[in-house]
Amino acid sequence: MAFAVIVLVRNRNLFAVIVLAGLYSFLMATVLVALDAVDVAMTEASVGAGISTVLLLGALHLCRSDEARPVQGAGMPLVVSLACGLMLVYGTVGLPAFSDPAAPIHTHVVPRYLKQGPLETGVPNVVTAVLASYRGYDTLGETTVVFTAGAGVIALLRRRRNTGKRPE
Amino acid sequence: MAGHFAYAVTVFLMIAGLFIVIARGNLIKKLIGLGIFQTSVYLLYIAPGKLIGGTAPIVSESFRVYSNPLPHVLILTAIVVGVATLALGLALVVRIREAYDSIEEDDILAADRAADAES
Amino acid sequence: MKRDLVLRVVAKVFLPFILMFALYVQFHGDFGPGGGFQAGVIIAAAVIFYALIYGLANARRIVPDGLVERMMAAGVLIYLGVGFAGLILGGNFLDYFVLARDPVAGQHRGIFWVEVGVAITVSGVMLKIFYMFAGRGDVD
Repeated sequence: MAFAVIVLVRNRNLFAVIVLAGLYSFLMATVLVALDAVDVAMTEASVGAGISTVLLLGALHLCRSDEARPVQGAGMPLVVSLACGLMLVYGTVGLPAFSDPAAPIHTHVVPRYLKQGPLETGVPNVVTAVLASYRGYDTLGETTVVFTAGAGVIALLRRRRNTGKRPE
Repeated sequence: MAGHFAYAVTVFLMIAGLFIVIARGNLIKKLIGLGIFQTSVYLLYIAPGKLIGGTAPIVSESFRVYSNPLPHVLILTAIVVGVATLALGLALVVRIREAYDSIEEDDILAADRAADAES
Repeated sequence: MKRDLVLRVVAKVFLPFILMFALYVQFHGDFGPGGGFQAGVIIAAAVIFYALIYGLANARRIVPDGLVERMMAAGVLIYLGVGFAGLILGGNFLDYFVLARDPVAGQHRGIFWVEVGVAITVSGVMLKIFYMFAGRGDVD
C-alpha cells in the first residue's frame, strides 16, 4: 500500500494516478477485512474503488490534461509534511497499544451494544443494529448529506436546454 | 513498539496525502490526495477496535469475543460522506476547467492576477 | 463498445446476477455484512455498467432522468416518514418499538424501511452524478 502511494505521488500521468488510487482502495479494503471490519470493507471496496474511480475517470475525460511539471521545488512541502508526521508520531505514542482489551474504546457503551443489541432489536449484525436503530439520527444526517451532494452536482453541471450554451 | 505499528502506517498515509495536497498543483491530484488522507483516518479509527482472537461483530453462538462495532458505524458514514465530497469537488473542477481552460493551480492563479491587473 | 459481441453478451448475462446480489446484500444486511449503502452502490454500478456497454442514451431510456431524481428524494422522505410514524404512534421521533405490537418486531420493521430508504437515495444519487458527468461531454 505504501508502495502504491509513493508511485502515485511521483507519477504525472493522471490516468495512471487514478488507476493506482483504485488499486490503493482495494488494498485498503483487504486490510479492513483483516481488521474484522467486514461492513466497512464492503463499503470501501464498492464506494472507494468503484464509484470514486468511475467519477474520477469521467472528470478526467472532461478535463483532458496531464499534470504539469511542478514549478516550485518539493523541498518546503516535504519539510512541512515530515514535521507534521513527527508531531503525529509523538501524539500516537500515548494511544493504547494494538488489541488492548482494557482500552477505553472497549469499556464504555460497546459491551451493552454487543450484549443487548441482538436481544432488543432482533438483528444479529450489531453494526446494522447500531447504524439503523441506536444511532439512527446519524444515518438520517448522512442520507441527507448524500442527497445534498447529488443536488449540488445537479446545480453545478446542469445545462440550459434552449440555448445549448453553458450557463455563465 | 510493535503495539503501535498500525499508528505508524496511519501517520505515513496521512503525511503522504498531506504532501500531495500541498505540493502538487493539479486539482484532480489534490482531490486524490485528500482521499488518501481520509482513508488513513479510517485506519486510525478501526485499528484500535480490533481484538486479536475476536471476530467480526455479527453475534452468533459459536463466537465469544467480538471486535468493536462502534468505529465501524462511524467510518461507514465517513466513507459515504467522503465520496459525496469527492463528487462535488470533481464537479467544481469540471466547471473550473471550462472557465479557465486549465486545471493547474499556478495557471489559474496567474489568470486571476492578470484579470485583476486589467480591471 | 456497442459492436463488440463478447462484451454485449457478457453484460447481458451478468446484469441480472448483479442486481440479484444487490438485493441479497440489502435484505441480508441483518445477518451478515451489508445494508443499505452497499446495496445502493451496487445497483448504481449495475446501471453504470449497462451505460458503459450500450451507450448513455440507451441507459437514459431504461432508467430516465426523472425517475432517478425522484429516487433521490424518495429515499430521504421514506426515512423521515419512519421517523414521523414513530412520533405519530406515541413514541419519540425515530422510535421503532412503537411501530408494531411487539417491540422487537417494531425494531425489525423500522430497520427494514430505513435501510430501504438509504439504498434508494444512495443509488439515485450515484447514478445521477454519473449521468451528469457522462452527459456533459456530449453537447460540446
